[in-house]
Amino acid sequence: MSGPIQIRSDETFTLNVGPQHPATHGVLRVKMQMDGEYIVKAETVLGYIHRMHELMGENRTYPQVLPNLSRLDYLGALGYTHGHVLAVERAAGIEVPERAEYIRAITVELNRVASHLFWFGAFVMDLGGFTPLMYAIQDREHILDMLEAVTGSRLTYCYYRFGGLYNDVDDDFIAAARAFLPRMRKSLKKYDALVTGNIIFRKRLEDIGPISAEMCRKYGATGPVARGAGIDFDVRKNEPYSVYPEFDFDVPVYHECDSLARYKVRMDEMEQSLRIIEQGLDKLPDGPIMPKKKPKLIKPPKGDYYQAVETARGSFGIRIVSDGTKNAYRFKLRSPTYSNMSLFDEACEGMMIMDALAMMGSLDLVIPEIDR
Amino acid sequence: MSLTILNAVVAVVIAIAFAALNAAYLVWAERRGAGRIQRRPGPNVNGPLGLLQPPADGIKLMTKQLMIPGGADKALFMVAPVLAMAPAITSFVTVPFSDTIVAHSMNIGVLMIFAFASLGALAILFAGWGSRNKYGVMASVRAVSQNISYEIPMLITVITIVMMTGTMNLKEIVAAQSGGIWNWHIVPSLSSPLMPISFLIFFICSLAETNRAPFDLGEAESELVAGFHTEYGSMGFGLFFMGEYANIVIGASLITILFLGGWDCPLGLFPGVWWFLLKIYLLIFSFIWIRWTFPRTTIYGLLNLSWKILIPISLFNLLLTAGLLKVF
Amino acid sequence: MGSYFSEIFLGLKSLVIGLGITAKEFFKPVVTVSYPYETIKMSERYRGHIELIEDEEGKPKCVACGMCQRACPSGCISLASKSVEYEVEVKGEMKTKKKKVLTQYNLNFTTCSLCGQCVESCGFGAITFSKEYNLASSRKEDFHFDLLNRLKERNS
Repeated sequence: MSGPIQIRSDETFTLNVGPQHPATHGVLRVKMQMDGEYIVKAETVLGYIHRMHELMGENRTYPQVLPNLSRLDYLGALGYTHGHVLAVERAAGIEVPERAEYIRAITVELNRVASHLFWFGAFVMDLGGFTPLMYAIQDREHILDMLEAVTGSRLTYCYYRFGGLYNDVDDDFIAAARAFLPRMRKSLKKYDALVTGNIIFRKRLEDIGPISAEMCRKYGATGPVARGAGIDFDVRKNEPYSVYPEFDFDVPVYHECDSLARYKVRMDEMEQSLRIIEQGLDKLPDGPIMPKKKPKLIKPPKGDYYQAVETARGSFGIRIVSDGTKNAYRFKLRSPTYSNMSLFDEACEGMMIMDALAMMGSLDLVIPEIDR
Repeated sequence: MSLTILNAVVAVVIAIAFAALNAAYLVWAERRGAGRIQRRPGPNVNGPLGLLQPPADGIKLMTKQLMIPGGADKALFMVAPVLAMAPAITSFVTVPFSDTIVAHSMNIGVLMIFAFASLGALAILFAGWGSRNKYGVMASVRAVSQNISYEIPMLITVITIVMMTGTMNLKEIVAAQSGGIWNWHIVPSLSSPLMPISFLIFFICSLAETNRAPFDLGEAESELVAGFHTEYGSMGFGLFFMGEYANIVIGASLITILFLGGWDCPLGLFPGVWWFLLKIYLLIFSFIWIRWTFPRTTIYGLLNLSWKILIPISLFNLLLTAGLLKVF
Repeated sequence: MGSYFSEIFLGLKSLVIGLGITAKEFFKPVVTVSYPYETIKMSERYRGHIELIEDEEGKPKCVACGMCQRACPSGCISLASKSVEYEVEVKGEMKTKKKKVLTQYNLNFTTCSLCGQCVESCGFGAITFSKEYNLASSRKEDFHFDLLNRLKERNS
């Protein structure tokens, strides 16, 4: 219905989907040349929320950078903090006790479910259905209450430390998490009936916004965007880290390359995260949460260290170049949304603006993470 | 002579007051209904149950500054909200609430209501073009094509009903359905077995004519900021808002009169204005229910629905009814 | 032809199922809390701004070592101290020793990111998170807390 179309006239006008717009989920500006309802050319302009996190990483000591990582992608903050903590532990050679790794995995997966729930609500709201947003936020409240009882924060967590965690989880958290699992599975069924099966919704998403596997490779897109195009790559399976090899979960891959495939990938990922949480709660060992010998001052030896983790939006990479002092020499963050966003310019040529915005919603953008 | 003029004036004023009061308090009903569907209370701070919320909103809208964007076409910009509200309210003059309560019963009542309803499309066009805003123009182009496409199946269905009853007078159409639920036009009868489908088509078309979700492309909030009323501030927006709800009441009244028997009781016992009001409000509740459940259709999905599905089915129904009326 | 009608029928069925779900949710109770008429109990570990802890005599446990000031990434904490001499008995004779006493402890909450480095780096257990969340104000100065004064006001 909306593949490349012949431009009928040479009279085009410029429409500025400006930094303030309900659909762009943050401060993103897209300059579009339009011919009626069809987009001739689109150009994204970034940089409205650049906060120099990488430079702050160079000017602060390693423990002082911890709060910065949560502010990158505030919806899935624990995943990013996990990546940073793993990178510095690899650099400085710190051992992490097993109980801490299991709790980290459980909380990261809870955060992934919360992030996908929020994406789901905002996406359906973009398409015009306001009610699923409210239901998704109610479910997300349960997760945020659980994480608040453990960490003290609801959105921007500073819970992991180099070597383990800040404080331990108690039995209330385990009981609450176990009670949450069947409730969430019932909600997923409800979303299936209310949204996924709905014919208006399907017509909005089927064959809309095709992103082929070749385009994903060209721009380096990862995460649900690539898995909706048939590329079977998940950092948790392909480059395993932390305690993920112990868990038994599937990686959903769909081959249709349209927005509905990306939507289904994320809904299935929520179910798989619930499986990981269940297994994590069953296998949780006793023990300490911080290592016995924790260095007072973190000064990694000279070298170049990289760690990639799978966040809700794709493969987040963090590269630390250390010159032996207590500040990093170079602190590079590889943002998955930046690569996912770059293919929007090429992919939306010839589409109607409604479909282009539906495709943008299915890419799951969080703009502060692009601009860092 | 003067008494009949006085009668006429009072009747018209009451009809207009009913329409305006409904338009104001339907907002309250919608917000509370939407709140309950989303498991939150809705407005409950201003007055008991939030009943003073519409007057509070009205006062707020009236005291805001009315801004006209520079370079806008002033005449079109100012006329558009009035043109959106006035036809909806004046159509009430001919709607019969019961056997004896009608402001002015006309022999071409159906035609008059549809003539006024078509002016709504013009109002949207003036609003979008006159505000000199690209978002507004795009939205009003979509909304006008939607309005025009959905008038056609609506009129074809109404022609079917007019053929069955033989008159365009709204009171007589209701009178032809008196006697209980088996006489109502929604129930399939020997001369028109596809009537429930006609009811469904008319229902969908009134959703589209009043720009309600899932057909609210004209005000597609998340894509085009606010659609054709982006540039409208205080009372201009208020008039569009109230005009939309007045249109909803007109649509619900038409459905009741044409298909559900007007003021007739389902068992044929105590016909009266209370049945009419009950049916209108049940239909309006279903409008609200549908709005908060479904997402928005695309423009081509919408036009496909009208031209490829609704028009063929309603034309087929028209021909079938015409043929069967000759036989039975 | 058959697919035309079956598509219409299946589409209508999915719409009716969706309507059924919202109808069921219509009759369920409300999940919101009407703040400020009802409030929620804050959890134990909730992170409000930090507060000083006092010992049994009502004096702050803080010895003004400055670890929290050095650990903070944003430079929110500024403290000042003075040296006092005090007499203590050691092996039978009175000796004068010096110790540091806290005179000022200021927290600039406008730049705090609630990371917890200060609480973690304190070796004396002198600071902890409070449960304050009702902090809305229209002036920046309301967020420059003088924690020593707040401790004195709490104790008096």
